[in-house]
Amino acid sequence: MGSNKKHTARQLRILSTTENLELARRFVADSARQHGFDQDDIDKITVAVDEACTNIIKHAYKKAPNREIDIEVRVEGPQRSPRKFMVIIEDHGAPFDPTTYHAPDLQKYFKEYRVGGLGIFLMNKLMDEVEYTAGPGKSNQIRLVKYLPS
Amino acid sequence: MSEFTIDAHEHDQIRILNLKGYLDAHTAPQLETSFQKELESGHYKLVINFRDLNYISSAGLGVFMQFIEEVRKHEGDIKLANMSKRVYNVFDLLGFPVLFEIFEDEKEALLSFQNKS
Repeated sequence: MGSNKKHTARQLRILSTTENLELARRFVADSARQHGFDQDDIDKITVAVDEACTNIIKHAYKKAPNREIDIEVRVEGPQRSPRKFMVIIEDHGAPFDPTTYHAPDLQKYFKEYRVGGLGIFLMNKLMDEVEYTAGPGKSNQIRLVKYLPS
Repeated sequence: MSEFTIDAHEHDQIRILNLKGYLDAHTAPQLETSFQKELESGHYKLVINFRDLNYISSAGLGVFMQFIEEVRKHEGDIKLANMSKRVYNVFDLLGFPVLFEIFEDEKEALLSFQNKS
């Protein structure tokens, strides 16, 4: 089923409440499964998307509940190598400036018993590529990439 | 909506919290409330049983970070047991095994409290 698909794109729009995180997780897990990822990779992609959406809800939209988050899953055609499974998540909230982000020193982090702020660190660990784009008058986009199993 | 429940009981003055379902940014406040209640009641020896927990994100891990310092100040601890591979992986990626003792099962976690006292 679906093995002959050359190009696919699926979209989901959710409103910015943590209640909807499960919808986002289920949507990407189903897509990842359809493209042949094993359970371990499906879990990784799912957590990364959860972290991205959680950050948008908390930071970009500052917990305002009725804003939109658009999630799109896209897969590159078979001529590319490695083939990329991409999850593109878009919001219209406060932009995130990746140049201000520094990966936490986990040991120091634990010594100070800090809470939160580990989402971006996790996304980078779980995915093969993570990229942010934002600009004046533009929406914010985060592009999470996992290479498809060959 | 994510389903998450906590069932708490006591064994030899150690509180055991069984977590069930999905622990994410939506359900983490429930766990936070449970910890607050335990600490307010003077319970500082806690075992968290993850057997029925299907999922965790960093919001869930943050709750453990939030309370560990106070618990240890009172000579208690939060010990973790029975994690599935998928849940352990998230703990491991964030380096949590350095900060928390993680046991194969609940019994071992309970015993480790007795060995210390």
